[in-house]
Amino acid sequence: MPSKPIQMILARQLASSLATPIFLMDAEGTVIYFNEGAEILLNERFEETGEIPADEYAKLVEVTDEARKPIPPEKWPTRVARTQRQPVSRTIWTRNRNSEWRHLQVTVIPIVGEGGALHGVMNIFWEL
Amino acid sequence: MLVTLWGTRGSLATPGPETERYGGNTSCVSVHGREGTVLVLDAGTGIRPMGASLDPPPRRVDILLTHLHMDHIQGLGFFEPLFCPDLDVHIWGPASTQLSLQARLVRYLSPPLFPVYIRELPCRLHLHEVGDAEIDIGEFRVSAARVCHPGPTVGFRIRDPKDKVLTYLPDHEPALGALTFPVLPRAWTSGAVIAEESDLLIHDSQYSAHEYHDRVGWGHSSMRHVLDFASLVDARHLVPFHHDPGHSDVDLDRLLSEAIEEAKPPFRVTPAREGATFRL
Repeated sequence: MPSKPIQMILARQLASSLATPIFLMDAEGTVIYFNEGAEILLNERFEETGEIPADEYAKLVEVTDEARKPIPPEKWPTRVARTQRQPVSRTIWTRNRNSEWRHLQVTVIPIVGEGGALHGVMNIFWEL
Repeated sequence: MLVTLWGTRGSLATPGPETERYGGNTSCVSVHGREGTVLVLDAGTGIRPMGASLDPPPRRVDILLTHLHMDHIQGLGFFEPLFCPDLDVHIWGPASTQLSLQARLVRYLSPPLFPVYIRELPCRLHLHEVGDAEIDIGEFRVSAARVCHPGPTVGFRIRDPKDKVLTYLPDHEPALGALTFPVLPRAWTSGAVIAEESDLLIHDSQYSAHEYHDRVGWGHSSMRHVLDFASLVDARHLVPFHHDPGHSDVDLDRLLSEAIEEAKPPFRVTPAREGATFRL
C-alpha cells in the first residue's frame, strides 16, 4: 500500500487524540479514517470498516438540511469542499444505519499541501 | 555503494573529548557509487572534510538536503566543490508551501549570515525541488517522501543498480501523537514506506525515552522508537544517527545498550560514528 501523505498522517494523529468527531477523506472522497467520536455518529467502528469508498459511505448515512429535506451526496459539505477546494460550514441532520438522527454543525477544511496539491479533506462535526 | 558518515551529531556541532569517538560534526553522509556517482546527504559541518576528501573532484556532485534547519546546511558554504568553476553541483531539497528552495537557501547563503551570495559561487550550480517522483542521479534511483519533522522535511531512499537500498531519515518523529508506537501499518506511519526493507537505515535517535517525554513535537525520535521503527519496516541494518549534543560517548553507549537489551532487535545495529563506512 502506498504511503499516505504526511499531511494526512498528521491529520489522523490529531483526530485520533480528539473527542470531537472527525472524518478524513482523501482526494477521491474515500473515507480513510474516522475517530472514536465519529464512530458514535456513524454507529460503525473504523477498525471494522477500514477505508470506505465514497459511494459506499453515501449508503451508510443519510444527510438532510434543517427542514429534513434530503441533500444529495454531490451536495454534501464534504463533497463541495473537496471538489471546489474551499472550506464549507453548515448545519445538517444525519441519520445512520441505526436510524439515529443527529443535529450537527459540520465544518470541512480542504487539506492542501505544497504546490497546491489537494490531499483530502477534514470533516469536523459538532453536535447541536 | 559506499556510505561514509562525515557528521553524526544533531542540532549543534559538539567537538570535544567527550564526543571524540562518535563525533561532533553535524549531519553529512556521502554515498559513492561503483560508476563514480557521488551523493552528499545533508550539508552539516561534516560536509567540510567530505568536500576536502574529493581529490580529484568528480565532474558532478549532488547534494540532497532533507530540510533546511541550520545543522543540515551550516557547512554548505565551506564545501570546496562549490568554488570549483568546472564542477556541476546539484542541490536537491524541499520547497516550502510559499517559497522556492533557492529563496530559502539564500536566507543563509547571503550576508549577514554568510559573506558570499549564492549567485556568486563559481561552480555551475543547479537547484532542484524534490517532489514525490523518483529521480535518477547517475547510477542511483532516488525517491523522497515528506516526513514528520517541523517544517518541510523529506527522507531519501537510494537504490543502486544491484537493488541495494539505503534510507536516510536523520530528523524524524514517526511516533508523534501515538499513544503507543508503532501501532499503525506502514502506510500510516511517517517514513515507513520509503524505509521498508532497507539494507541500511540511517535514522534519527536523538533522545532517551525520558528525554523524549519532555520533547514531544520537536521532530526527533528516542533510541527505542528507532529500534521499533526499524522493526516495523524490516530494516536489515540500523544506524542510529543525529546524536543529541548533550550526549557524550559514554551516554550513547549506555542509551544504546539499554534500548537493545529492552527491544532485542532481530537486525544489526551500529551507532553512527564519524568516519564509519558501510559497503552495500
